[in-house]
Amino acid sequence: MTLFQKKRRNILPGFGLSMGYTVFYLSAIVIVPLSMIFFNTIPMGWEPFIHAVTAPRVLASYRLSFSTALFAALFDAIVGLLTAWVLVRYRFPGKQFLDALVDLPFALPTAVAGICFATLYSPVGWLGETLAKWNIEIINSPTGIVVALIFIGFPFVVRTIQPVLEEVEQEIEEAAQCLGATRWQTFRKILLPHLFPALLTGSTLAFARGIGEYGSVIFIAGNLPMKTEIAPLMIMSKLDQFDYAGASAVALVLLLISFSMLLLLNAVQEWQQKEYR
Amino acid sequence: MQKPQTPESAPIVKKRISDPLPVQIVLIGVTLLFFTGFIFLPLGLVFAQAFSKGWEYYLESIREPYALEAVKLTLTTVAIVVPLNAFFGVTAAWAITKFNFKGKATLKTLLDLPFAVSPVIAGLIFVLLVGSRTPFGSWLGEQGIKIIFSTPGIVIATLFVTFPFVARELIPLMEAQGRDEEEAALTLGARGWQIFGKITLPNIRWGLLYGMILCSARSIGEFGAVSVVSGHIRGQTNTIPLHVEILYSEYNFAASFAVASILVFLALLTVGVKVTLEKQFQKNSFHHQELP
Repeated sequence: MTLFQKKRRNILPGFGLSMGYTVFYLSAIVIVPLSMIFFNTIPMGWEPFIHAVTAPRVLASYRLSFSTALFAALFDAIVGLLTAWVLVRYRFPGKQFLDALVDLPFALPTAVAGICFATLYSPVGWLGETLAKWNIEIINSPTGIVVALIFIGFPFVVRTIQPVLEEVEQEIEEAAQCLGATRWQTFRKILLPHLFPALLTGSTLAFARGIGEYGSVIFIAGNLPMKTEIAPLMIMSKLDQFDYAGASAVALVLLLISFSMLLLLNAVQEWQQKEYR
Repeated sequence: MQKPQTPESAPIVKKRISDPLPVQIVLIGVTLLFFTGFIFLPLGLVFAQAFSKGWEYYLESIREPYALEAVKLTLTTVAIVVPLNAFFGVTAAWAITKFNFKGKATLKTLLDLPFAVSPVIAGLIFVLLVGSRTPFGSWLGEQGIKIIFSTPGIVIATLFVTFPFVARELIPLMEAQGRDEEEAALTLGARGWQIFGKITLPNIRWGLLYGMILCSARSIGEFGAVSVVSGHIRGQTNTIPLHVEILYSEYNFAASFAVASILVFLALLTVGVKVTLEKQFQKNSFHHQELP
């Protein structure tokens, strides 16, 4: 089949036109604007660049964005797997409703999610009031950021696991059961390894999204310097001071982190496909 | 007409292995708990807060001039962004799925680039490109063209953020459909536009529609990127999400959530449309399978 496709010639019309427009539009909207980050960082020189991205406040913001996104992605991995499992395997009333609502974090504007969680967990909010009695503070703390990022990343995990779980052949599980495996053993030794690539993909997507997330976080974070300032907010405040070079330096590091995450993910997926075929 | 291969019509219905009932109940319970905390409560909160000062205050908040200006700006943005990105999505999908060429994988990766970029960076790059302190921006300023802190800036930043949505929906769809139908039309003497209009477009219409809906949802809701390039001038460069933010930071929670409730309503609508279109998809692919 692949051999046949390679020999196949391009006979349909419109290649030049469609390709030309695609490359033009891609360059105008994405490539040229993104390259501005490099063009604004390069004239800085090496030392001021290092100085800008290793300032204590900037380092603290990287650390915070990285760790909160990681915690949120781990939590999403667990809850996402559980939700996908429940939605694929069980039958219960309202299941389709839940399934549809999984996409809500994709569709809901981030700012709305932000003010919702900030109000929900404020000391007088529906959840914040109870938690305050136990001295748990969510708002103005890294925990609050994690809460917002869990919400944002949740659908990534569910939507990557669901199709894989749907396609798991029943025979595999039956075979395991015939050979005397318990349900839990079947899940741990057969299903989980099978689902792992999807789980990894979903949580990496959630993680990458979490590092850059802005709208839902700033309302709940409180934005205290050194404590709850996320990396995108650092870019924002440098921009407000017209420190364009500094802003692009911080942005460059953030971009490199997200790009390398996604490249790593591509590599893992390719390796996984080779394993299976 | 029924074929005995589908599991529904098979003579012996196999019983799917499942978990014991108590396990099921516990797992469903935990899932529901998560949904309550992270989906239902926030949704309920929006409406409880929005109506906390009564029905009249709610209507007043969403009919107030600044709110209406924000709605107008958001709609203008959507009306420009969605057709441009939809046209691009169709063109890019045509180029990628109907031809073989070198560098296809790289091109596909580049299309997804905006997804890997933080919204704040998406705003930043346009400030760096056409802001008033850059050479190009100051030249534009001399010509009397203002981009950053005005509507064009908001439109461009939104174009960037929603860039991949339509292409991403169409490429897998058109890859799965292949190019046999188009090539058959070509041999029968159809011209390029005829092939596209009579074969390709009807085949991809639901995917295109869905991509455009995702694109509009994101255009309406985009906050970070727009926040960087907008300048937050009330009545001029405030989109709906920015208006929500301003009201919130002024502690006018009831009005803020009232305006936010419009966005929640649109988000729920998007989710609903998605479910409907997916059902349509399944029906369509079923038809395709039945044909031969």
